[in-house]
Amino acid sequence: MQVAPPTTHTPETQTQLFRYVLQLADTSLILAHRLSEWCGHGPILEQDLALANIALDFLGEARSYYQYAAELEGQGRTEDDLAYLRSAVEYRNPLLVEQPNGDFAATIVRQFIYDTFHYHLLQQLQAGPDTQLAAIAEKSVKEAAYHLKWSSEWIIRLGDGTEESRRRVEQAIASLWRYAGELTTPNATEKELQAAGLVPDYAAMLPQMEAHVARVFEEATLPVPQGVFMQKGGKDGRHTEHLGYLLTELQYMQRTYPGLTW
Amino acid sequence: MNQSEWPLWEVFIRSKQGLDHKHVGSLHAADAEMAIQNARDVYTRRLEGVSIWVVESSHVHASNPDDAAAFYEPANDKIYRHPTFYQVPDSIKHM
Repeated sequence: MQVAPPTTHTPETQTQLFRYVLQLADTSLILAHRLSEWCGHGPILEQDLALANIALDFLGEARSYYQYAAELEGQGRTEDDLAYLRSAVEYRNPLLVEQPNGDFAATIVRQFIYDTFHYHLLQQLQAGPDTQLAAIAEKSVKEAAYHLKWSSEWIIRLGDGTEESRRRVEQAIASLWRYAGELTTPNATEKELQAAGLVPDYAAMLPQMEAHVARVFEEATLPVPQGVFMQKGGKDGRHTEHLGYLLTELQYMQRTYPGLTW
Repeated sequence: MNQSEWPLWEVFIRSKQGLDHKHVGSLHAADAEMAIQNARDVYTRRLEGVSIWVVESSHVHASNPDDAAAFYEPANDKIYRHPTFYQVPDSIKHM
């Protein structure tokens, strides 16, 4: 594989970029962990495998971001240090991805909201000026395209399925849509990097994202939620109570046996 | 979700361009689109394929094993049906 020369940044930009990449890494890792919780509990064998496949895609993407973040920080921390030895308030994932799996409909709605953002983000990132991020995005966007297809098909089947599936998917939308807005609301780090043209402008992505949601919801015969008050804070370290429990499990081995390796 | 309500599908995968689709197994899905996605997740995780066909199992009609004697054994003594049964005259080239 041909490796593009790394992009050089000023120290200030490098720090901002470190925070941004860490945010992407945390998001992928936490969502991967949530999806991996389905392993062995999927509603049918085929979907159990699908969920595990998607979890592994996100885990792979998280590793690429953590490795790049560690490089940007330049303090000698490794990808494992960043993943296993930071506390909940240091985690920078949006609130959406740490929400519990709930029933299958809740997992699908959470996934659909994130996939819609993720796919459009990677499309922009792969054409962006940072060569490392572009390379990671180029690899991941194919996976993300499949994830989006998968979760979209499930929204349609659950919404336009049985009375029970519709009731559950409506309930999931009612409780999870409030976490959608944070994805496209830039925090201070994102604002600065967007102004510098280093990361995608979310406002420019919104029309395409909204069009996709409208198309899928229409086919699913579901109304697109309007005027929902959006929660935020995860990207600045203010999390819901669920993240601590998740990290307790995720980090158990390294916390209990520091430095343990396979 | 009651799995028994979902029909069974037979899955055929083409491993490379130019090769035939081969039967690889079966799975449950609510419809054809889901069957293809499930097949992708179950049967192509290790680069097994470049194309997927799915057919609802109820559309496959099979021969009856009880008919095996009547169907296949009569061919046993018909070796003249193989091209190798015939001697090619020396004067014929490029066979």
